[in-house]
Amino acid sequence: MAAPQLLKPSGWQLVTGLVAILVIVPLSVLLLAWLDPAWDIWQHLQQTMLSLLLLNSLKLLLGVGTGTLLLGVSLAWLTGACDFPGRKLFSWALLLPLAMPTYVLAFVFLGLFDFSGPVQTFLRGWLGSGFRLPDIRSAWGVILVMSLALYPYVYLLARNAFRTQGKRGLEAAEILGCSPLRGFFRVVFPMARPWIAGGMTLVLMETMADFGAVSIFNYDTFTTAIYKAWFGFFSLPAAAQLSSVLVLLVFVFIIAEQRVKSRMRYTQSRLTVRAERIVLHGWPRYLACCYALAVLLIAFLLPTLQLFAWTLDIFREEFDQRYLQLLGHSLGLGVAAALLISTVALLLAYAGRRHRDRLTGFLVRIATLGYALPGTVLAVGIFIPLAGLDNMLIDLSRAQFGIEMPPLLQGTIVIMLLAYMIRFMAAGFKPIDSAMHRVTGNIDEASRLMGLRGPKLLFRVHLPMLRGGIFTALTLTFVDVMKEMPITLMTRPFGWDTLAVKIFELTSEGEWERAALPALTLLLTGLIPIILLMRGAEK
Amino acid sequence: MKTVFIIIKMGEEKTMYNLRKTVLLVILIFLTVPLGQALAAELVVYSARKEHLIKPLFEAYKKETGTEITFVTDKAGPLLQRLKAEGKNTRADLLITVDAGNLWHAANEGLLLPVTSATLGNNVPEHLRDPQSRWFGLSLRARTIVYSTERVNPQELSTYESLGDAHWNNRLLLRTSKKVYNQSLVAMLIAEHGEKLTEQLVRSWVANLAAPPFSNDTKVMEAIVAGQGDVGIVNTYYFGRLLRKNPDLKLALYWPNQQSGGVHVNVSGAGVTTHGKNRAEAIKFLEWLSSEKAQNLYADANLEYPVNPRVANNPEVDAWGHFQQSQFNLSRAGELQTAAIRLMDRAGYR
Repeated sequence: MAAPQLLKPSGWQLVTGLVAILVIVPLSVLLLAWLDPAWDIWQHLQQTMLSLLLLNSLKLLLGVGTGTLLLGVSLAWLTGACDFPGRKLFSWALLLPLAMPTYVLAFVFLGLFDFSGPVQTFLRGWLGSGFRLPDIRSAWGVILVMSLALYPYVYLLARNAFRTQGKRGLEAAEILGCSPLRGFFRVVFPMARPWIAGGMTLVLMETMADFGAVSIFNYDTFTTAIYKAWFGFFSLPAAAQLSSVLVLLVFVFIIAEQRVKSRMRYTQSRLTVRAERIVLHGWPRYLACCYALAVLLIAFLLPTLQLFAWTLDIFREEFDQRYLQLLGHSLGLGVAAALLISTVALLLAYAGRRHRDRLTGFLVRIATLGYALPGTVLAVGIFIPLAGLDNMLIDLSRAQFGIEMPPLLQGTIVIMLLAYMIRFMAAGFKPIDSAMHRVTGNIDEASRLMGLRGPKLLFRVHLPMLRGGIFTALTLTFVDVMKEMPITLMTRPFGWDTLAVKIFELTSEGEWERAALPALTLLLTGLIPIILLMRGAEK
Repeated sequence: MKTVFIIIKMGEEKTMYNLRKTVLLVILIFLTVPLGQALAAELVVYSARKEHLIKPLFEAYKKETGTEITFVTDKAGPLLQRLKAEGKNTRADLLITVDAGNLWHAANEGLLLPVTSATLGNNVPEHLRDPQSRWFGLSLRARTIVYSTERVNPQELSTYESLGDAHWNNRLLLRTSKKVYNQSLVAMLIAEHGEKLTEQLVRSWVANLAAPPFSNDTKVMEAIVAGQGDVGIVNTYYFGRLLRKNPDLKLALYWPNQQSGGVHVNVSGAGVTTHGKNRAEAIKFLEWLSSEKAQNLYADANLEYPVNPRVANNPEVDAWGHFQQSQFNLSRAGELQTAAIRLMDRAGYR
């Protein structure tokens, strides 16, 4: 069975292979760095701070993993399967922190809660100058900020699962004699596992790749060591070698996730009928409301207010016509990349569904690896082969036709979009792949019996079923691309700036208050699709 | 059932139509952008100095000479890699970056061309340019001591080295050792004292810290104002910015090492790329940047000091006082940067 498939690959496998190659090229540029092992730097790190870095990274992964799991799942279950005052509002409002770049949240939090910030200054004035809060520039501070910034990934995916489950899961457990709490952990949670796992994978990959938030807190992780090797020791090979450890780690992680998932099959009856909600009564309904409000307040409203306050101070001198142009570029890139990535993610998910062989599964996994790499490192991995290709084309045209041509590929938007695809494929793939678990084989068979085949099957049966997943993929990728900095910086055409580039320009000079205007614009723009898509998915 | 299908179908058609429109639009953008950029440029600049600081200069130069300048900004590290990857087909004529370490490294990688120009030699003091003339400092910033005017008497201060004395125990605040400015400062100390003494010195700083190192200079100063510590080491322009925002700032600058070595300075600067296509034009622009006409525009935008000795400081900057600067050639900071980072790692300076 496997042999003929390998000899004559299907269209699905070709697409998968092609995307996997796109990701493999930059990754192998990084792996090739091992040809010139920078042992002296490894040795130096090992002697000085490697154990601390690993410990810090581990703490961060565990902390942010637990934080996002608790926040994301609890909120998703409350708004997805239950009913309480303000539920409708919270169900989309709780997604808003998604539009807030982690580095912005980190900066605002530090501004508010550090020793010199207004909160502690106020407390010292009130309780005496000896008063000290625990230092926010520490492991728990970073974990708090990153959990608040990243929980929407888990929330968004898990909510898709809980929404269709409604109270049926708990009811079934009750009939089998479980208490509600036991029922939640034995039935409700396990039934949503692929979605939760998908969201958690995104969170953990993002945590590993994060450089912005940890450097604002001066919290040393493996990623900060990568940048130190590059910008400090000027050794790109050492940085690439350190990054390859991250790639390996993520790969093991993804395989493990796949193992967990592939042991189970998920089907859901009565899909078209909206599941009934658990209506909360008495004090739990207010508790639920207060909890959701508290998270929203801390993760979104408070930092947004701070950004507004800063923007008011500088609006007059900073705002000009150029902002409309920056906004247009950011929006255009976001929309185009989201469409591209989601379409390709859909193809990959289908390929994975059609071909359950090892090779296809492996290629699909590889295609999503770009998400876990620190952005700047991946950007270089993409740029080196790209420039090489351009140089080849230039030399070729010179030798063959005697024509001096400028670089063709660099600084074109096609390349930018492909680079975004390499980086953010996981954000498009995870939600669609989770949704795909519901499109089981017997649905196809039933549809065929009704005479639906080929494109009709796709458009009339599959796409409506995948709708939630596709909306999620579009939202995540759009927002991610809007916030992205290093690839945009490296591959954009001359003089073609975006909001994220503007934020970079100001923040890298330490001018955070001035960066509030582009940050706020980015935030507000990111909100529009989130709200629209959320409404669309609810219908 | 049938109506449901029709609705789905209509939705499909609408999305398909939108999709087609989007695809067309995207293709249009692809085609127009690279063509435009290929035609316009007379001079191409890669800059790690940020747009709002350099664009006014490009505009002024265009006004004076008519030369159109196209540029792209990024961090220094990625820009160097970009130049390297593009090799002889690069479109960049000039590289502008901050910190001598970065400039030294670009030169060391063979990305910058030696330039013989009497104008540049005349305008840029010797210790602020590459001994082999591959890069030239264009603006100068001092990395100096800042202190709380409420809790510190300037007579208590003397040198960078003395910040390690027990007198400053639990009173010193520093920025992270990952910032290149601190790496250059420690590199200068290594050049002066050798590794062994410098490591002891850095250890004594770390022992005096009142809080873990901060991610930027502004945070260091805000923490001193708030009373978390009493002294710190910062770049002058960050102090200037904070002072502009709050003229009653309870902080002042102190110029250390006036009897020995001088205040540590660093530059932002530029070099002509090895494979640039408009070499003569690039040198002309570089000369213009170091000239009396451009120096104030270049330095004042960021509250820095001009490198050209014939150009007066901005009055705002001049009010912070005058100082003896270190004559140590900045290319040494690049050479010793790696040693400095290793030393700080060993000393536990995060």
